[in-house]
Amino acid sequence: MGKKLLLEHINVEGIQSLEVYRKMGGYASVEKAIKTMTPDEVVEEVKKSGLRGRGGAGFPTGMKWSFIAKPQGVPRYLVCNADESEPGTFKDRYLMEKIPHSLIEGMITSSYALGANTSYIYIRGEYFYVSRILERAIAEAYAAGWLGKNILGSGYDLDLYVHVGAGAYICGEETALLESLEGKRGNPRIKPPFPAVKGLYGSPTVVNNVETIATVSHIVNMGGEEYAKIGIGRSTGTKLISAGGNINKPGVYEIELGVPVEEFIFSDEYCGGIPNGRKLKACVPGGSSVPILPAHLLLKTAKNESRLMSYESLSDGGFESGSMLGSGGFIVYDDRACIVRSTYNFSHFYRHESCGQCSPCREGTSWMEKILKEIEYGRGTMDDIDLLWDIQGNIEGKTICPLGDAAAWPVAAAIRHFRHEFEYHVKYPEKVKDIKHTPPPMPV
Amino acid sequence: MSSQNTQDKIAFSDEALQLVNSIIKRYPEGKQKSALIPVLHIAQAEFDGWLSPQTMDYVASLLKLKPIEVYEVATFYSMFNLKPAGKCILEVCKTVPCWLNGAEDLVAYLEKKLGIKTGETTADGMFTLRTVECLGSCGTAPMLQCGASYYENLTNEKADALIDKLRVENTRKNYTDII
Ligand SMILES: Cc1cc2nc3c(=O)[nH]c(=O)nc-3n(C[C@H](O)[C@H](O)[C@H](O)COP(=O)(O)O)c2cc1C
Ligand code: FES
Repeated sequence: MGKKLLLEHINVEGIQSLEVYRKMGGYASVEKAIKTMTPDEVVEEVKKSGLRGRGGAGFPTGMKWSFIAKPQGVPRYLVCNADESEPGTFKDRYLMEKIPHSLIEGMITSSYALGANTSYIYIRGEYFYVSRILERAIAEAYAAGWLGKNILGSGYDLDLYVHVGAGAYICGEETALLESLEGKRGNPRIKPPFPAVKGLYGSPTVVNNVETIATVSHIVNMGGEEYAKIGIGRSTGTKLISAGGNINKPGVYEIELGVPVEEFIFSDEYCGGIPNGRKLKACVPGGSSVPILPAHLLLKTAKNESRLMSYESLSDGGFESGSMLGSGGFIVYDDRACIVRSTYNFSHFYRHESCGQCSPCREGTSWMEKILKEIEYGRGTMDDIDLLWDIQGNIEGKTICPLGDAAAWPVAAAIRHFRHEFEYHVKYPEKVKDIKHTPPPMPV
Repeated sequence: MSSQNTQDKIAFSDEALQLVNSIIKRYPEGKQKSALIPVLHIAQAEFDGWLSPQTMDYVASLLKLKPIEVYEVATFYSMFNLKPAGKCILEVCKTVPCWLNGAEDLVAYLEKKLGIKTGETTADGMFTLRTVECLGSCGTAPMLQCGASYYENLTNEKADALIDKLRVENTRKNYTDII
């Protein structure tokens, strides 16, 4: 069994309540930070921990925090990103629903470190019922003096609010999120200025993922150096993985970073293998935006080393032969899955979710979806495959926010590793007529 | 709840108005525009499950915004209905992890059972069927959302039972419902 931090008490009866959460040691980090540490000392521990943002980009959290501007007389904000809309990802919902106080505790400790007196949790609108769970937990925390004025007699004040969105993947992008929180359309902002300088209402702001913030409490409790001992290399700590697709035991797993991918998929401690005696075909290991890998490159790197669940190992080989850890949305495909249909499905998603600001993304995503639909239904040509390759290359890197890249990469990876399936659709239209067609076997 | 969408003057119930005022207080002085999305959710639930131009104008006046500021937001977010819909909107997730676990079969089954195509509403105004993008429930696929509730690990039998239950309850399901 690997080390558990975030989910250690997940099965404790009543852990949703403040009373039980406290009995399990909850809110210790708030006491420790506020009573014995300066805000800068908390930032220092987070730096030492090597924690990297759990929302997808993996940016070092301590470094991000140290960038926050501190002009006199201007408020600072901490905003928690609970938009969780990256297909394949459901860990934040699980954590907030099961142990809401772990997020509240992390928000208090982190807000203290950043000098924020008002903080928001921006949660996707579809999670309305989860927002109610958080609001109940926040009310309990206020009543017990963990929030509000003069917390623990320290003179530090903090108000914490939940803000619900209304259905838009783009609002997970941090500047779109801030626009949305200001009551506007979720159009990402041009950076710089970065939120650390000009964020919510033009004030210095840090945006962090739910899991990142919940992890801060553990770092404060155990110390940054201790935390850094967990995991492997620069992938320190534990990570929540949302495992889904064709596996025996879908769900959220807390892993110590560095677990071999093969063990994660086949061991009974985690996914428990592929159901119905099918074979592992492919996997999108970090949420829909990261490149899909065929089984042989998933389990072993191009250098024939065992592939590990870590930032470095999953991206080993670059996009030629690797992928990314991303948000930890781990989607497994068995050998019946048609990669063209999967790519068409994702392209529909990105077309639907593009905010429409940048032409390459707005036009490119609709064009890709259209071509993929033609190919999937046996009406495409070989030239279409090359055209698709061209279009994705003309979106990548040419947009204000990374949604463009996120739309391009899955298409590029599917063509790179599964070109034979696209060609099969072009060559044998009658074999792909049924929407449940069997894909051709992998070439050897 | 009130259903005054068709009358000349619309207004929130006292209860809803109180809630709106408490939401506005979550944001700094002068930043009441931040309350727009939460208030539109309340408005949609109060006024028949959709945002008519009149409802949007009302929200604009409440928050001291220009009507256009409300329209541009209401049209951006997928959870806001700009046309009337069925009392129960069945939103089936169709994104890849759900697709790998039978979402297409579930949609086909519901279409057949309700006698409508995706995007349509039953003649009695009870059900609208939609497909939506990943709802963060990929480990419990296939699934659908109706109002505030997630219905997960669905089978045809469970879908039957759900439809029956919703028919018996015969109430509008809103995202803002307390479940
Ligand atoms: C299109 C798009 C969608 C995103 N969605 C999310 C999301 O749902 N949740 C999240 O935490 N980060 C999301 N991100 C990443 C955020 O922009 C940001 O990097 C993150 O919230 C920072 O937090 P972290 O450093 O703790 O990971 C998204 C980014 C993009 C470009
Ligand atoms: S793909 Fe359906 S809930 Fe995520």
